[in-house]
Amino acid sequence: MSRHTLSVLVENKSGVLARVSALFSRRGFNIESLAVGPTENPDLSRMTIVVDAESAPLEQITKQLNKLIEIIKIVELDGGAAVQRELLLVKVRAPLAERTQVLQTAELFRARVVDVNPDTVTLEATGTPDKLQALLAVLAPLGIKEMAQSGTVALGRGPRSMSGAGTLRPVERTA
Amino acid sequence: MTTTPSEHAAREAATREAAASLAGVETTARSTADAAVEPATGITGAQSLVRSLEAVGVEVIFGIPGGAILPAYDPLFDSKVRHVLVRHEQGAGHAATGYAQATGKVGVCMATSGPGATNLVTPLADAHMDSVPIVAITGQVPSAAIGTDAFQEADIRGITMPVTKHNFLVTDAAEIPQRIAEAFHLASTGRPGPVLVDIPKDVLQATTDFSWPPRLDLPGYKPTTRPHGKQVREAAALIAAARRPVLYVGGGVLKAHASAELAELAELTGAPVVTTLMARGAFPDSHPQNLGMPGMHGNVTAVTALQKADVLVALGARFDDRVTGDLASFAPGALVVHADIDPAEIGKNRKADVPIVGDAKETIAQLVEALRGDREAGRIADLTAWWAQLDDWRERYPLGYDWPEDGSLSPQYVIERLGAIAGPDAIYAAGVGQHQMWAAQFVKYEKPGSWLNSGGLGTMGYAVPAAMGAKYGRPDTTVWAIDGDGCFQMTNQELATCAIEGIPIKVAVINNGNLGMVRQWQTLFYEGRYSNTKLHARNADGTPKAVRIPDFVLLAEALGCVGLRCETKDDVDAVIEKAMAINDAPVVIDFVVGHDAQVWPMVAAGASNDDILAARDVRPVFGDGQV
Repeated sequence: MSRHTLSVLVENKSGVLARVSALFSRRGFNIESLAVGPTENPDLSRMTIVVDAESAPLEQITKQLNKLIEIIKIVELDGGAAVQRELLLVKVRAPLAERTQVLQTAELFRARVVDVNPDTVTLEATGTPDKLQALLAVLAPLGIKEMAQSGTVALGRGPRSMSGAGTLRPVERTA
Repeated sequence: MTTTPSEHAAREAATREAAASLAGVETTARSTADAAVEPATGITGAQSLVRSLEAVGVEVIFGIPGGAILPAYDPLFDSKVRHVLVRHEQGAGHAATGYAQATGKVGVCMATSGPGATNLVTPLADAHMDSVPIVAITGQVPSAAIGTDAFQEADIRGITMPVTKHNFLVTDAAEIPQRIAEAFHLASTGRPGPVLVDIPKDVLQATTDFSWPPRLDLPGYKPTTRPHGKQVREAAALIAAARRPVLYVGGGVLKAHASAELAELAELTGAPVVTTLMARGAFPDSHPQNLGMPGMHGNVTAVTALQKADVLVALGARFDDRVTGDLASFAPGALVVHADIDPAEIGKNRKADVPIVGDAKETIAQLVEALRGDREAGRIADLTAWWAQLDDWRERYPLGYDWPEDGSLSPQYVIERLGAIAGPDAIYAAGVGQHQMWAAQFVKYEKPGSWLNSGGLGTMGYAVPAAMGAKYGRPDTTVWAIDGDGCFQMTNQELATCAIEGIPIKVAVINNGNLGMVRQWQTLFYEGRYSNTKLHARNADGTPKAVRIPDFVLLAEALGCVGLRCETKDDVDAVIEKAMAINDAPVVIDFVVGHDAQVWPMVAAGASNDDILAARDVRPVFGDGQV
């Protein structure tokens, strides 16, 4: 699989998410994850889209995205040059006998306990997708009751930003 | 958080740029500096809408009123913008498209909410596929009712997202001038396309102010029109060195009004030209370098020239499957120069060796400039051998047809004579199917904007309303709809519109009593099992009945047109001439033709262009290995 993380600045208007997701579905592009949130500029939102470029070349995906009128800019964030994080909430079976093991695992992965009751604990963990996978692999034998995981959010490393001075280079609009 | 000063400046600059380009939007000859552009206060949203349409230069709207759009029809009643009341919203959409294709201006259609709006979906999808600049205005249920499944509510913005270049739901009457200006700007610039503006009824009824021109706020829209100089030079070098070049010309050349530049490029390089279905008329058929149409029903020489080329120069073309056939075996030996205004088309289907993003007019002009030096320095490769090969194919595999063995009228002959008699000054609009392919093959196109058809979506029923729109836009030009009997039965209601509104189009119904193209495929690929393709009345054993259902002559008369019929070769010229002489009413000719005529040559769907058949079971011999 060929994963790419795209950071996409879009106009903060209703319907933009629908346009983007509809574009992926009708052109048969695969989305691994998609996260949308506000930015430092209230007129703009940032979508972080992890795409699987097996289904279509990345170039075609970014070119089609760029055609959407409300998309301002697209930057590809490479693994090394960007910080990428996901958020995981996981409710693990933790009867008294096994509770220590759950808490030690949480500590190893720097996960926080955010809810406790006699039968379960809920952990909050952030990290790269790989780290969260590893945590889940360790927790699985203990019994995962329920989990919720966000899509990836990411920012480029270094002083530059996507908008403003010294901007990151956009994925080519032109061929 | 606030915008940083630099962002603010950038935004301002983008707005100025957009406003400047709006000034150049070709809508109608009417100047935007006329009286309608006076500011106004305390008017309704509907009045603001009509003033905006006047200000942007709209000449005509094709539409049908209804509940939600009703407020707009009141100020429209007094406006200098003419409204043509069609009989079905699909007709309004195709009329706007025909108007746009024939005039180069933005076509406008209008409908009410719900079913009115959904009836526009097909023409919007059609215009989207063929990159035609149209703007659709739809009424929407009142804002408070949106999302409640109100009477005649449909989420037309959601429905049309995939089939428009962009669309808007206007939520505040104050936005109306801006949204209309943006819609026309988006429709007509960059790669043109349809834009829909959906306006809730309460927004049309609200009190607002109007001023013009509004600020455009499209920070994410920056079409690249100027080609990159380095890419142009690389392309020129490739073209100059090519031994077997072909200029593969698509509809973008017509959209960019680049025919003159194309002719210059063709003559400078001496390269052969093929014009796709969407580009017929972009380069004169009478020009010796024009090989004609490539593709599934292209002629043998045009198809094979692409296959054997060493350099393909794609200009405003998109390597559609109907042109390339099996992509893996398309033009295997060719380096590709691909010039298009839409970067997403470049590399989508075929890898481009030299990509050029830009407007076709500017791109071709720069190619000409770059190649002129090569020409003068004698650096353009000699194409004598290539032309000898091409001329040999042209001689051995000309376009042609056989007369039906049962003595019935040949549809190809009818269309050929129609083209000869109406001539290159006329406009021809076709439906979709066999008649469309014959009209693309056997009418000789000499001028841009003389051939209108539904290429990408393949919309049956396109011809009559598109011809109506074209005739409205170019009233002094003869406009022929060449339609099949299947297509004609989908949209002929607009003939009533033509008769009442004084739009005297002419319709040649190529009546073979069947869905002819589908029947052809059933003949070729389904062992002649004619499942549901017979349209004519028939007896229990399947043989045709004498009764005509419908009788197209009577139907034409019922719709306020002159109805004529022709069933024999000897009558063809006379009936066409008779129709040509009638200019005060629409005319319909029912050409009753044989049902076994087929469109040839043909590359079967999904097959390689190398496997083109010149006629049924006739495989051309190319002397493989020679070129």
